[in-house]
Amino acid sequence: MKKFTVIAGSAMTALVLLAALVSFVWTPFDPSLVDSANRFAPLGWPHVLGTDAMGIDTASRLLVGARTVVFVGVVSVEGAAVVGIPLGLFAGMRHGWWGEAISRAGDILFALPALLLAILLAAAVGASVVTAMLAIAIATVPVFIRMARAATLTVMELDYIDAARVAGTSEPVIALRHVVPNIAPLIGVQAAVSFGMAILAEAGLSYLGLSASSSTPTWGRMMRDANLFTAPAQAVIPGCAIAFAVMGFNVLGDGLRDYLDPRLKEVR
Amino acid sequence: MTEAAEEKGADVAVARRRPWVRSVLRRLVVFAVTVLVASFLVFLLVALLPGDVARATLGLGASDDQVEALRSQWGLDRPLLLRYAEWLGGFLTGDLGQSYVTGESVSSQVAPRLAVTAWLVGLSTPLALIVALVTGVIAAVGRRRWWGAVISGVSHLGLAIPAFFAATLLVLVFAVALGWLPATGYEPLFAGRGVDLAGWASHLVLPVAAIVIVQGSLLARYVRSSFIDVLTEDYYRTARAVGWTRWRAVFRHGLRNAATSLATVVGLQLASLLVGVILVEQVFALPGLGSLLIRAVSGKDLLVVQGVVMVLVVAVLLINLIVDLAYLAIDPRLRRQGETA
Repeated sequence: MKKFTVIAGSAMTALVLLAALVSFVWTPFDPSLVDSANRFAPLGWPHVLGTDAMGIDTASRLLVGARTVVFVGVVSVEGAAVVGIPLGLFAGMRHGWWGEAISRAGDILFALPALLLAILLAAAVGASVVTAMLAIAIATVPVFIRMARAATLTVMELDYIDAARVAGTSEPVIALRHVVPNIAPLIGVQAAVSFGMAILAEAGLSYLGLSASSSTPTWGRMMRDANLFTAPAQAVIPGCAIAFAVMGFNVLGDGLRDYLDPRLKEVR
Repeated sequence: MTEAAEEKGADVAVARRRPWVRSVLRRLVVFAVTVLVASFLVFLLVALLPGDVARATLGLGASDDQVEALRSQWGLDRPLLLRYAEWLGGFLTGDLGQSYVTGESVSSQVAPRLAVTAWLVGLSTPLALIVALVTGVIAAVGRRRWWGAVISGVSHLGLAIPAFFAATLLVLVFAVALGWLPATGYEPLFAGRGVDLAGWASHLVLPVAAIVIVQGSLLARYVRSSFIDVLTEDYYRTARAVGWTRWRAVFRHGLRNAATSLATVVGLQLASLLVGVILVEQVFALPGLGSLLIRAVSGKDLLVVQGVVMVLVVAVLLINLIVDLAYLAIDPRLRRQGETA
């Protein structure tokens, strides 16, 4: 059962990744080809998922849209992890003023959700995929700080840390050799869950028109452009794609949590 | 450490009589500091943008003298900290300044829209909580039965669906296909002389439902896991052993224990709820804070953006404060911390 969730989650996320990769070498139609004779084509053949208001093939746009999902997810989650995990580690190992300051700063950042940050950034410098990624990354940093700090605090209580101290091991070496390997599974789980959150946030921003420009197909923008009264399928299809991708990462995160560490209780 | 000791010494008299006073004070201080820092961040982000507001307003053809004149008219040539202090002072007294773009007062644009967003959040939060409690408890109790698994699976689905997609689906079913409810728009509750309950409610049912589906699913998962924790505790087993029914044991022991962890989650979740509201407003073309914000962003109306974001951030922090205080009321262990710490 535990293995099943990991496999299901991996399969779902792999499918999204595959769609993104395939789109580089093959799409059923040119994803920017405007075909005004074929506007709002219904689901069928040759347009498997129909066409949009400009006659562009929806299946092709869906495949290309997976690129943005993967790109934004990887960049923003990794960016947040690279900044947040060392800070969390530090805050967890030092009990003094600095550690406290880091976790307090993280708490304050928590009050600024990704979407609000992205809106502020978009207002200040104009909306783009970069502002969207930056905002999502900044908003995800406190998540990693909290997680890494809490995990580090638990590990620091253990006897082998004291043993390492007694043996004269320096703090950075303790952090790298003893703490990081022990909190790595948690980081993996958090990364998977954060990936899902990043996809949701990017989709929302695209839907508001605050992410990639209109020439880049994204799932959120496809929903924004769809007309609910004349061609509802054009809104439902990308919506399902978003839900599928997010669910894939959530299931993967849940599965990894159970699989990697059976002692961990289900937190989500 | 010494600071804490001094603080403890000063408070010890009060703490002995009313242990919770210190906890409440501590949370109020944290709230005030957070509002200060967050407001400064919001102010800085807009104030430090690369382009100059005055130049952008006048266009490329404007001379440097004209730009300088406008800058001094708007007070942009004064020190940053002074401008921040004025803006914050204005915010606290309900004055968000005049828009650089339209010249309108920002507060007069925010005020009528606040009601729409407040209704959305105010109605959907308690509803989502009720839905989450009911489904979460059922899913926890029946976690080894098929119905528990089904509920858990449905909540997983609700977790993955973006709020604006849930809203879109609801519009497609209830407005486009069935035609029962309006797809877009809003009618105020107190229109003119009378109270237009039917019109008001018909415009809010779908938006509220969309938020409840998404937030309810998320909260239901927390309820489920905290109730599962309760079900494995010794006190639950004891209660069952002395002959209590399953449901009686769950409700007498489970609710209070689950409430503490749930309160934290609700507080954290409200930030994302408010953001979800922006998207849902967009789907239904509701004239709330979210649509004002989006319009201001595309119109480069920076003061409006700044004002609305600040209102939303303070709302998030205020709700977090209330949740924190509720936490104290729920969990007697925290109230006693003043004595033992």
